[in-house]
Parts: sequence; C-alpha cells; structure tokens
Amino acid sequence: MDQFAVEMRDVMKRFPNPGGGEITAVDHVTIKIQNGEFFSLLGPSGCGKTTSLRMIAGFEWPTSGEIVIQDRAMGRTPPYLRPVNTVFQSYALFQHMTIAQNVSFGLEMEHLSKPEIDKRVQAALEMVQLPGMGKRKPRQLSGGQQQRVALARALVKRPAVLLLDEPLGALDLKLRKEMQLELKALQEQVGITFIYVTHDQEEALTMSDRIAVMDKGKALQIGAPVEIYERPNCRFVADFIGETNFLSGRVKELEAGRVTVSLNNLDREMVGLPQGELHNGQAVVISIRPEKIRMVQDPVMSIGVTKNSPNCFPVRVITSAYIGSDTRVIVEFASGARMKVWEQNHISSLDPQAYHFDGEEAWLFVPPENSLVMAED
Amino acid sequence: MEGTKSVPRPARGLGLIKKLREQPEYQGWALISPTIIYLILFLILPLLLVVVLSFLARGTYGNVVYRLNLDNYSRLFDPLYLRILSYSLGVAALTTVITILIGYPLAYYIARVPERQRSMLLFLILVPFWTNFIIRIYAWIMILRSEGLLNTFLLNLGVIDAPLDILYTPTAVLIGMVYEFLPFMVLPLYTSLEKIEMAQLEAAADLGARPWVGFLRITLPLSIPGMIAGSILVFIPAMGMFVVPDLMGGAKTVLVGNLIRNQFLTARDWPFGAAGSMVLLLITLVFTLIYTRKAGFGEELLV
Repeated sequence: MDQFAVEMRDVMKRFPNPGGGEITAVDHVTIKIQNGEFFSLLGPSGCGKTTSLRMIAGFEWPTSGEIVIQDRAMGRTPPYLRPVNTVFQSYALFQHMTIAQNVSFGLEMEHLSKPEIDKRVQAALEMVQLPGMGKRKPRQLSGGQQQRVALARALVKRPAVLLLDEPLGALDLKLRKEMQLELKALQEQVGITFIYVTHDQEEALTMSDRIAVMDKGKALQIGAPVEIYERPNCRFVADFIGETNFLSGRVKELEAGRVTVSLNNLDREMVGLPQGELHNGQAVVISIRPEKIRMVQDPVMSIGVTKNSPNCFPVRVITSAYIGSDTRVIVEFASGARMKVWEQNHISSLDPQAYHFDGEEAWLFVPPENSLVMAED
Repeated sequence: MEGTKSVPRPARGLGLIKKLREQPEYQGWALISPTIIYLILFLILPLLLVVVLSFLARGTYGNVVYRLNLDNYSRLFDPLYLRILSYSLGVAALTTVITILIGYPLAYYIARVPERQRSMLLFLILVPFWTNFIIRIYAWIMILRSEGLLNTFLLNLGVIDAPLDILYTPTAVLIGMVYEFLPFMVLPLYTSLEKIEMAQLEAAADLGARPWVGFLRITLPLSIPGMIAGSILVFIPAMGMFVVPDLMGGAKTVLVGNLIRNQFLTARDWPFGAAGSMVLLLITLVFTLIYTRKAGFGEELLV
C-alpha cells in the first residue's frame, strides 16, 4: 500500500505574463497528502491553489518538480490517464446531455457494460440524493443540484483522489453550510482522498483533516485546523485565518520555548511562545487572538497577577458592542496601539453598563501561551 | 393619471389615437407597425404578384395575358427542367457540405486563438465583402483560366504538362459558390464554437476522454446549431444563385437561378419564370424545414 495519495515534490509553475515576463504561480511547493485524507488548499485568490490542483489533475504541467500520484510520477501524463477526477468550480456539466448521460460519460470512457453503467449511475445519483433526476437537462436543475451532479459525475468513476475546485463558491450561504457537512460525510463514507481548494477559511477549518495555507505561490503552513489556528507559523497565516491583533516589538530574551519581547512605544514587556527561528534584537510581532484575552477591573483580585507583571496592561475602552453571545470591545493602550477583545458574556444582566462601556478603564491580561511571537514579515 | 382604466370615457373624434395611448394591445400594434408596413410593401405584395403571375400566360410579344391556367407549372415537369432542378439541388447541397468541411476547421481555429488575434481573423473573413461580388468572381476567372495564375504557376513548376481546364466546368461553378458562401458558414460556426467553455473539454478529458473523443462527444454536438444556421445561410442562396454559373460555368451549367432569370430577362416569359420562382421557394422551404427538424435544433436557432 502506498503511503501517500498525492505528493507535490518541489513543484514550481511559471506562466508567461501577457504584459511580458513571467509569473510564478506556484513557487517550490512540497506537499504530501495521505490516503483517505480531506486536504484543503487555502489562500486568497492568486495564491496558486487552483494552479496546484490543475497540475494534479493534469491540465497543467509543472515547470519544474514532480507530481506523484499513488507512487507514480505523473510527468506529462494527460488528464484522461490519471486516477483522479475533478469537480469544477463552474461544474462544467455537459449542457447537451441529460443528467444520467453526464454521470455515465466517464464510465462509457472505461468501456463498461451497459447494465454495469446503469447500475453505477443510479447508485451515484442516489448517493447525492438526486434519484429520478436522470432524464433532466442540467439547465433544469438549481445550482445546488447541478453541484451534486458534478460530484456524482466525478465520484462514479471511483477515483483514487477527488479534486474539488471551490465547488461551493456559487451557492448561497445556507446551502453552502449544508453542503459542507454533506461533503464531509460523503468523504468519510466513500473513503476517497479529497483535495479541496477554497478561499473560505471557515469552510477549510470545518471540513479538513489538514490544510495547506498558501500565499503568493508558496505553501506557508501545512497542518491540522487546530495547529493552523492555534499555532500559526507566520504573520500571514495568523492574519488570514480568523481574527487577530498584532503588537510589534523586539526580542529581548530567548529561552527554551519562551521569548520575552519589549513592546514598541510602551514601557512594557510580554512573554510569549516563539513561532519559527528568532534571535535577540529581532523585530517581531505578537499575534493575540481577540477571544484569548482576559479583561478585568482588578488583575490581582481576578487573576492573581500584579499590575506590573509582563503581559498585563492598563487600557481604556474605545468602543464596545454587545452582540449577544459576547461583547466585542476595542481598547487603546497608553502607546495609542489598539486591540480587539472579545469577551464571552458569562454574566446575565439587564444593565448594559454591566458588560463594558465606552471610556471604561480596565486591565488586560494575555496568558503567555496565547501570545505568539513571530518574525515581523 | 388616476383611473385611466377604471373610468370609461366616451369615445370622441380621436378614438384611434386615444386607444393607441391607453390600451396595451393597440400600443403593441403601433410599435410593430413600421415593420409590418415594410414587410407588406416589400415582401407580401411582391410575393403575391409573383403568385398571381405564375397562373397567367405569356402573350405573343412577351406580354402577360390574363388567362388563368396551370400550364406554367405542368411545363416545369418536363424532364429538361426537372434535371435542372435536381442538378441545382445537388450543387447547393455539395456547396453546403464543402463549406462545412472547409469552414469547420477554420472556425475552430479562430475560436481557439487568443482573443486579440480572433477579431483580426474575423475581420479578414469579412474583408472580401468590401469588394463587389462580380469583381471577385472575375478575379477567380483570372486565376482559373487556361493562361491564368494557377495554370501558369503549375506549368512553371512542372507539376502539369498541359493547362488544366477548370474554368467553364461544373468544378469552376462549385469553386465560385464555395468561395462566395464560405463566410456565411464560418461566422455562425465560429459563434457556436466560441461559446463552448474550455472547462467542458477539460471535464471530458478529466473523465477519461481522449481529445478526439472529447471533440466528437462535446465540441461537435455543441456546434450543431451553428452548423445548421450556416447550412441554411449557404443552401438557400446557393439554390437561387445565377451569377456564378453564368460567369464561371459557361453555357454548360444551368441552375434554377439561371432558368428563372432567363425567363424574365431573355425569353420574356414572366409567368413561367414566376412559376419557377414559386417552385424554388417551395423546395427551399421544404428542405430547410426537414433539415432543421431532423437535427432537432429548430427552436434554439430561432433564439
């Protein structure tokens, strides 16, 4: 049994730029995707995620590096000889064929017998909950239904790997959420490796076993959703996934697994977890998630830290918004730096002032394990 | 403007204008009236004239005698005329087939080059229309005649020993017809080919279809509407064409178009020419209907 479903080995892809020169779409990416894994390529548009997927599908060939599918180096193998199938962003259903003809197309290419094809088409349409729709034309179906047909058409081939290029991008939010769960359940049911391209971080976090966060052609971090969110390895990942605050400063002291940072424009120090290689005196940013901050009136009483200890700051509330489950506050430091703080509403009071109010003076405390120190860039 | 509908007003002198203003169904007629008037004046009336004319008779001096009869039509069943009719059908059909065979790869190529080159190539397809048709046919005569460009070229190359006799043969007529009608095939074909998303072909390849299979199963069926539109645009005028056979076919090739023109201009037998026109009209109509029905794309063509 081969260990990896798909490997990208130091893959680079350059395109000629219409305006002259070349664009590097994928920049020396190495990714190993395990069998049965739900793997997402996540990043903003133009980050190289779709190009990576198209290279795995065989629509593009790497400029250098190698795509390996099930231990077979693909080289310039054309798409019709690869053991992968794709669900296209635009679905790309064959408009002149019925739904059943669309789904059976791939099986006809394998020259299977007619009864076998009919049986599998029927099963595939049932799997995506579209039984009895076989005789309709794609245009007669809703966007969500067309999406399911595209899925059935690819899955009916029983590929080793299913490639999905933003398949939910055209659906409305509610349907999207439903389909996310359905897709995940389907993937567990069929046990096929899914490689899923999306720019929607929530979607990636919900569905994936592992995620590769990409930007400007590079795979910046590869890891489980928890790792990506809790321990982003660079500023881009911390910023792109979820919400965060950045405080800038310089490394003052490095210990094993700990780093002390003196903050810019503030006579304060913070202790945090170093992310990546750091050295003394380096300009760094500290990433702090807004929901991982404690905001209290009296830190000694509430948390047991003295007011002049590291990671503890006096602040003033600039604006506060009560949104039910939590209260979202923007606070200002003495240096003028601002931070978002989200506090869960544990209390239940009818007095709006009981939560937080504009102009309120308070103390912030950020536990060191919630302060991630990373290189400025 | 309150109550224009609910309060009926007594009709006065300007009833029609009032109706036009206030009633939607009259507004519709008013809006479409220029087209209707145009069609009545320049299509329906002349057509009726020809219909009536086809049932009249020719006088001794080429005048029209008002005596209703069916002689003109029965004369068309003369084997001589039937042969001309079937020959014309054959030439028009062959012209259509050849324009498809040449036009399809051309349209496919234009639809696949980068967008900037596309408009340039389409422009080149249309450039010949800037010159008068007759002049372009004379250019072809210059190319094809025995001391023409083609023969001189081939003789000098040593490919042939004696000049080819192309001009004033059915082949020359076919060349002229294909040349004239090619753009009418290429443009609708291009339009339908250009609409096919690359993703559809990628999907076919992804599902295991080799490029040739992808073409047969995806590209070809999706381009059928363009092929039908092009065929109609080529077949109908090819059926009535008389300039090309006149200039390039010599006396050997007589098509229905020549027959009809000769009745009107040379033989001065207008009623017989009118009958020929009616039969030509009917044949074209029937063939077009059968063709579109068979292909099952009739509706999409109208859109």
